[in-house]
Amino acid sequence: MAEIAVSPVPEVIDAAALARIQRQNRRENLGRMWFKFSRNPLSVIGLLMVIAIILLAIFAEFVTPFPDHVRPFTDFVNAKKPPGGEYLLGTDQFGRDILSRIVFGFRFSLLMAVVVLTLVVPVGVTLGMVAGYFQGTIIDTIIMRITDIFLSVPPLILALAIASVLTPNLTNSMVAVSLMWWPWYARLVYGLSSALRTEYFVSSAETIGARTPHILFREILPNMISPIFTKMSLDVGWVIIIGSMLSFLGLGVQEPQPGLGTMVAKGSDYLPTGQWWMAIFPALAIVVVVLGFNLLGDGLRDLFSAEEV
Amino acid sequence: MSDDIILRVENLRKHFIVGRKGLIKREPITVKAVDGVSFNVRRGETFGIVGESGSGKSTIAYITMGMYLPTSGTITFNDRDLFGHGDRRPLDLRKEVQIVFQDPGSSLNPRRTIRQILELPLSIHQPEKDRLTEIIRLLELVDLPPEFMHKYPRQLSGGERQIVAIARALATNPSLVILDEPTSALDVSVQGKVLNLLIRLQRELNLTYMFITHDLSVMRNLASRVAIMYLGRVAEVAEAVHFFESPQHPYTQMLLSSIPVLTEAEEALRPAQIRSTGEIPSPVDLPSGCSFHTRCPQVMDHCRHIDPLMVPIDVTGSDHIVRCHLFEQANGQVSS
Repeated sequence: MAEIAVSPVPEVIDAAALARIQRQNRRENLGRMWFKFSRNPLSVIGLLMVIAIILLAIFAEFVTPFPDHVRPFTDFVNAKKPPGGEYLLGTDQFGRDILSRIVFGFRFSLLMAVVVLTLVVPVGVTLGMVAGYFQGTIIDTIIMRITDIFLSVPPLILALAIASVLTPNLTNSMVAVSLMWWPWYARLVYGLSSALRTEYFVSSAETIGARTPHILFREILPNMISPIFTKMSLDVGWVIIIGSMLSFLGLGVQEPQPGLGTMVAKGSDYLPTGQWWMAIFPALAIVVVVLGFNLLGDGLRDLFSAEEV
Repeated sequence: MSDDIILRVENLRKHFIVGRKGLIKREPITVKAVDGVSFNVRRGETFGIVGESGSGKSTIAYITMGMYLPTSGTITFNDRDLFGHGDRRPLDLRKEVQIVFQDPGSSLNPRRTIRQILELPLSIHQPEKDRLTEIIRLLELVDLPPEFMHKYPRQLSGGERQIVAIARALATNPSLVILDEPTSALDVSVQGKVLNLLIRLQRELNLTYMFITHDLSVMRNLASRVAIMYLGRVAEVAEAVHFFESPQHPYTQMLLSSIPVLTEAEEALRPAQIRSTGEIPSPVDLPSGCSFHTRCPQVMDHCRHIDPLMVPIDVTGSDHIVRCHLFEQANGQVSS
């Protein structure tokens, strides 16, 4: 066996200098990505909307005029006040400030999106990736047939069914949405992973003798990050819509907590009697959140698909 | 047998099932990518395999690497059966045989730095060594600056990427390196550089190469012995000098005479002009008998029915094997 002739190793590889080069590379990459992203004004508007909503949700206690209106509270003197004056967006049937409740409602919507995606993405991605890598084997069959069963039920029906079996509250509505959502990630990643497994860099790692976890998580997964990330950013809006639907139907956030869907549901009782602000403003709030995340998601998708080329 | 043979391929077959026909019997439709190939690679040589696209060259490489299991036949490396453990080849056998793929654009993971790429074989096969030192040594060995380890493949040129792929193959200290068309994805200006590097590495590290290409001029410059493949079978094996100067098999003669030449010196090297006729048949539906009979200018009647054997001939005074009825008769042998 031939031992590779040892050539002298250079005394100094300046680690600090190399790290500096690396940092600089990364900065340049980020700069280039921001430049591309900022070319599309709609994406920038989406980003600003999302940042504004997140900040409002975090600092809701301090920015809303009546933070105690999200707890058990009644003020029948000021009930059903139209928009204007002290109550910018009017009050509901208990005299609670709608604006304050909407801003707190953002919290539940964002919480829903964050919790659902952090549950769904790792599970869906891992299952899809494993099934795709072992395409054609029994592992593939088991995982993907289970996925197909979940996908064959219309998503909203599935969420409704699960949510109605469980006690109606925010946690259980998150569970319901998560259970209907993971198969979409499994499907997406399955396709990507089964295509990547035939790439020569995967064959190379296999012939060198790398273990399967290394191949899955270090060779294949990094090449799927862009599409997964794009789907996540587009899904935030959808998760919020589904969450709001569930709370509209009384299966999500419960009174007196201010869920946007719950507010629309309660407010709609008063639409025929002319108190339109109770339903319309929370509904508009849902539109704004979803629009913001979708504009941002579109921008990110364009960014990543351009990067792939 | 003789211990200067590093890789022994015997009667290797690889049939891929590409579909099924018939409603009830469901007979498989197979592509005979490799169909009864035998050859030996000697220690320290550059064994060239040439052939048209689809002739099964790369399949042989992939089987040797363990990416596919052979349908039948054996490959032994230093008298150890490469498939004695099924597809779980032990690490000490894996480290000995490494491959450089054709397209460095897809053989290097675009999301990993050169350092991470080179670290993988080191961490598996030489966990006791200091990896950073080893990576720098590998990069020096192939004339790349150490700073390259922090780059991503897309930041390198095609030639540099292929050199990184070569460095990765050398990271395990192999004794046999399979080069699967290592220069065909590169610019001509870079090809020479990579080939010179390969020649230098072979000399310095005592490597054996199995060099697969369809570029005959590269083959002429690099190979010590050449096997030519046609539709999954070896047509002729000879020392490179004899292969190019006195080809015996009609297919080799046809192929060599179709090389375009510019100078009279080159013209003189070329065998008499034989016009190439016909198309390469489909490997799904191989011709009966000798698979070359549909295009052979010297086709005889029994070529259409009987598959010729590989026979050693003595025109050049060295090992020279041809699979053709013309030479079986010359040697007085009759195939079954």
